[in-house]
Amino acid sequence: MRLLAILAASLLACSVAAQDAKKEIQRYQQMIGEGSPVELFELEGEALWKKPQGPKQASLEKCDLGLGPGVLKGAYARLPRYFKDADQVMDLETRLVHCMQTVQGRSAEDALQRVFGNEDRPSELEYLSAYVAGQSRGVPMSPGTSQPKEKQALELGRMLFFHRAGPWDFSCASCHGEENKRIRMQDLPVLANPRDARPVVATWPAYRVSNSQFKTMQWRLNDCYRQMRMPEPIFASETTVALNLFLTATGKGEPYRGPGTKR
Amino acid sequence: MRLAFLALFLLAAQPAWSEDVEKILLRDFKPRGQATMDRVLQDGLQRLCTETDNNPPAEVAKALEADQMKSISFPPGALIGDWQRGEKIAQGGRGLTWSDRPGTPADGSCYNCHQLSPAEMSYGTLGPSLLGFGKARGNGPDVQRYVYGKIFNAKAYNLCSQMPRLGHSGTLSPEQIRDLVGLLLDPASPVNR
Repeated sequence: MRLLAILAASLLACSVAAQDAKKEIQRYQQMIGEGSPVELFELEGEALWKKPQGPKQASLEKCDLGLGPGVLKGAYARLPRYFKDADQVMDLETRLVHCMQTVQGRSAEDALQRVFGNEDRPSELEYLSAYVAGQSRGVPMSPGTSQPKEKQALELGRMLFFHRAGPWDFSCASCHGEENKRIRMQDLPVLANPRDARPVVATWPAYRVSNSQFKTMQWRLNDCYRQMRMPEPIFASETTVALNLFLTATGKGEPYRGPGTKR
Repeated sequence: MRLAFLALFLLAAQPAWSEDVEKILLRDFKPRGQATMDRVLQDGLQRLCTETDNNPPAEVAKALEADQMKSISFPPGALIGDWQRGEKIAQGGRGLTWSDRPGTPADGSCYNCHQLSPAEMSYGTLGPSLLGFGKARGNGPDVQRYVYGKIFNAKAYNLCSQMPRLGHSGTLSPEQIRDLVGLLLDPASPVNR
């Protein structure tokens, strides 16, 4: 009996400790949100947006993100979407690379030479994403889902999400398919479920405190595939845009409130 | 044999969309480090689990589980290794990604999904809690064999399990798996104390 009591007490202590840990994590997340350098990335992005570059010495101010050349307000919230001039579905990063080539006259090689930055030197695309996304704050997420190529991409994204492969047999759903699960202490959103997808798509791109870097959705997908033990998805490939569209369409309707700040 | 035909028939009867996805992956991915392109190609089990939403017909699952069971070679003798080394393997999360150094022994990533030692508060919940695993089941030869086999190839016991086939995929060596069996079954292991 005494043994049982001790066992019960120690079990109780464990669950109290787990709750305390959870509370601590929430407090930490709130703190990092308050001291986030996201605004600095937006400001730097704005300067880059307006800076003449490339053979044409043009800024990106004539870049059409879907709502007309130079229209930024609410443009990010409508992505990914079909672009007639490129005849393909594009997400923000894909479209920015497209504009660097068409508006600024830069080569694909130049536009893609450094798609992910590091702590010391963020990439141009990361700064630009921060600025452009910030111009959609308060606008409900509504990616393109009605044009035939959009429908096709959405369906491909859904299939990719559940496709199991690699040495560890993982699909996206292996980690993001069941309610109330976590890896270590990290809660896992069920990304095929609108309730969980909404806050996620409303806060990317985001500043990540754990590595002091601003990260894009393209990076998020890239690093998921790394952890799935898969080869590397090509930046701005149809696969990455389709997955991004599937996630964004699942979370549609949520007012954008990013760029976010993550653990 | 008849079951194998049935499985083949079921796969053939499916729309070939997994194959289409595979073609797209071959186009949209590139090899990096040790993560080579053959990894995007599904084996029969991955394809069946994908196409049946991880719910294959029971008799097909049974036949293919038996097939996976054949991939497991059980070392002779006791399967309980060193739980202290097992704990290190369970804690670590390295191995097989394009950023991991090839040739370095991989870890088990166990705590990512399971609770094990009560001292480790940071554990995942994708898999069941394994706290007290050996205390509840003992550590006789059958239990040892089950735990070793489950870690070596989880799909031999549950075809579409989300747990990686850690031995079958070459992630962990037989010696490492024995150490993990020790972590789960040794009465001296913190899992059972």
